Amino acid sequence: MTLLSVSGLHVGFGRDPKAGEVVRGVSFDLAAGQTLAIVGESGSGKSVTALSLNRLVDFGGGTITEGSIRLTRADGDVLEVTQADEAAMTRVRGAEIGMIFQEPMTSLNPVLTVGAQMEEAFRLHRGLAGAAARAAAKDALDRVRIPDVARRLGDYPHQLSGGMLQRVMIASVLACNPRLLIADEPTTALDVTVQAQIMALLGELKQETGMAMIFITHDIGLVAGIADRVMVMQDGRAVEQGALAEVLDHPQHDYTRHLLHAVPHFANGRAARQDGPRAGGAAAAPVLTVQDLVVRFPVKRRMFARAKGEIHAVERVSFDLVPGETLGIVGESGSGKSTAARAILGLVRSRGTLALPGADTRAGASQRPVQMVFQNPYASLNPRLTVESLLAEPVIATGHGIDDAVRARMAQLLARVDLPTNCLGRYPHEFSGGQRQRLCIARALMLNPSVVVLDEAVSALDVSVQARVLELLVDLQREFGLAYLFISHDMAVVERIAHRIAVVHAGQIVEIGDAAAVLSAPRHSYTRRLISAVPNIDRRHVRFTLDTSTVGSLLRPPGYEPPMADWVQVGPDHRARAEDTA
Amino acid sequence: MIRAIFHHPSGRIGGGIVLVYLVLAGLGALGLTPHDPLMQYRLDRLHPPGAAYWLGTDLFGRDIASRLMVGIGQSFFVAFLSVAAAASVGTVLGLTAAWVGRLWDGVVMRSMDVLLAFPAILLALLIVAIMGPGTWTSVLAIAFVYMPIFTRVVRGPALSLKTREFVDAARTFGSSTRYILTRHLLLNIVAPLTVQVTLALAWALLTEAGLSFLGLGTQPPAPSLGLMLSDSRNLMETAPWLMIAPGVTIMIGILGFNLLGDALRDILDPKTRGGRA
Repeated sequence: MTLLSVSGLHVGFGRDPKAGEVVRGVSFDLAAGQTLAIVGESGSGKSVTALSLNRLVDFGGGTITEGSIRLTRADGDVLEVTQADEAAMTRVRGAEIGMIFQEPMTSLNPVLTVGAQMEEAFRLHRGLAGAAARAAAKDALDRVRIPDVARRLGDYPHQLSGGMLQRVMIASVLACNPRLLIADEPTTALDVTVQAQIMALLGELKQETGMAMIFITHDIGLVAGIADRVMVMQDGRAVEQGALAEVLDHPQHDYTRHLLHAVPHFANGRAARQDGPRAGGAAAAPVLTVQDLVVRFPVKRRMFARAKGEIHAVERVSFDLVPGETLGIVGESGSGKSTAARAILGLVRSRGTLALPGADTRAGASQRPVQMVFQNPYASLNPRLTVESLLAEPVIATGHGIDDAVRARMAQLLARVDLPTNCLGRYPHEFSGGQRQRLCIARALMLNPSVVVLDEAVSALDVSVQARVLELLVDLQREFGLAYLFISHDMAVVERIAHRIAVVHAGQIVEIGDAAAVLSAPRHSYTRRLISAVPNIDRRHVRFTLDTSTVGSLLRPPGYEPPMADWVQVGPDHRARAEDTA
Repeated sequence: MIRAIFHHPSGRIGGGIVLVYLVLAGLGALGLTPHDPLMQYRLDRLHPPGAAYWLGTDLFGRDIASRLMVGIGQSFFVAFLSVAAAASVGTVLGLTAAWVGRLWDGVVMRSMDVLLAFPAILLALLIVAIMGPGTWTSVLAIAFVYMPIFTRVVRGPALSLKTREFVDAARTFGSSTRYILTRHLLLNIVAPLTVQVTLALAWALLTEAGLSFLGLGTQPPAPSLGLMLSDSRNLMETAPWLMIAPGVTIMIGILGFNLLGDALRDILDPKTRGGRA
């Protein structure tokens, strides 16, 4: 039975929606109980297509200009969504079509408890009240596998983690038993292990309830685990659609092939780089040595200003970096990987030794041998400065003026990162995300550093742009002998660029060593968990077992010193922290 | 920028008014008034508006139109100077409070709260009472009264800009604090600051007139809008033009600055910039 039938859908924005079309002719059919995955890069119109299905697009200034959306309702009637009035749509939203969004943190009211908001959903949609509503709310949270539900009902949203909140969102959508669930990038804001849990949950719920699902994602790797059919979108058009295996194994359209090719697929260490400077055995002197780096944030009680304890954000992190080498630092959010990087650059106060031996011996070496490229290229460039001022800043900071030599270096670096050399007078907003990140890379290279810290430097970019920036980074590394500290949550990307990998968990390195060794034979249980959670295009409909364990608080009493770790030497360049076997 | 102001409907009116006032004040300052503003034409005392005296004469036979032109100049002089002082000191305080934080932030912002707790005119009166009346005293008093507003307007955005990644990036380059404060913070606050300056000019104009009206600002016989208004009180029924001319002048002047401020806010706000071609 066809649940939803979309044909020739056109959606436009602005005063003249015909001229500002974002979706230009999308057609698909969705049977009851089926899952359709819509894949595309940002700006492909995939979210707008989904928002049109329940006409939420109207509230964002969009207009359906052409085409039809026919929804078979629970009572068997067929509703033409494009013609329906607002009252009819209000009944359809929630009751027939449920929707979950990318950002669970902003979807819940922060001043009401989770329980109150769940009960509200049942009161409104099912007319339950009092104890009945409470029991239904408890049931719903049980269904999304939230542990210790009775206590969680009394919690406020800020007390729950992102993964828990997304479960609560799913639970409140399921409260009305929708026949179609639209999930718009539901796991993009979440960590990879949490993502795996949510994906597993969605898969199980789909089987339990028999609802149909439209799953929107930019990550074609996620699709394999959940979808029955796949639709690939580009520039507002569906360039290819078909059964999962057909599209993934025999892509017909160039763009699908490009997407499948551009997305770095995790290959358990097989794709790791082999050109590492340590490969020959005789490594050069390290350009950066970090020994027992510790970052702690004191937590104060406001009134009495006595320290309540300290957050141990980074705990005894040690590693070294030789010229021409990339050390990938992987870990989930809150693991302290970014804090460690900021400590190395002196942005946060830290203890431990940072040595930069050999940095000053090179000819023309910089006074600032460590530079950084940030995650968000939109936030890391001052919007009011021209490209010339932006590139000049590191030079001005060292006390030099801007002379012809500096201008020549600007032109050379801009050319090197494939930006037009005549763009010196332009402002950041005139560039795309990828171009801005190239600009940030050029800026970091202005002072000829020996180490570049790349903090999630490609995470905010679309996959195809990401692939090109990664290529550029590898080329620059070979050309200038740069050492990279590459921080990322994306295992597949790290596998492509890193020679060595350090896995960070709860502020500590739990495993470090040669990239191929760590990824192919992980020793520490956390590393294994991380690797098994990476979405994989070859793992079709394989369920990830639900694991609800979370990282405990890093708050420690004042003066607490963690015990020294025991390390297990796994291979020639592969060490892991010993675990309690008890 | 200038073109954008004159494309904006209220900017056209506000900008026009301010421009006309500036021209009048300039002519007044150069002595190009219809009559000598201080000359007393004894025979033409309380002469109603007409061909000889465009806006009439006052009790001493002085030409109102000429006195208005010089008075506008006087009021503008006080307003511009005091707002310039308030904006520069307030901006420096706001920027440093946001950047340094902790104790300095507390001291600065609590002092500003104390100043803001008093009505503007009352606080100005207090300062004039301490320092004695005069033009320079009113400049100082008005500057002092409006400084907290600038401190607040600057501190808020500065606090949020401080945590932006481009500031972190600048710190990794080792840029000096002065460079970060001017290029990264101040440059991004110029828009709200410009709007605030324009609006503060309107308030300063009003406060100056108020102080002069109470006899604490510009001292006679020098002409000033507030003083002229004050002089007209007892003759309101016999010679209404004495009151109408300076009153309307003050009102339109303030309206001009307010309209200009509204226009600047729309033009400089990136959210509304896209909507207007």
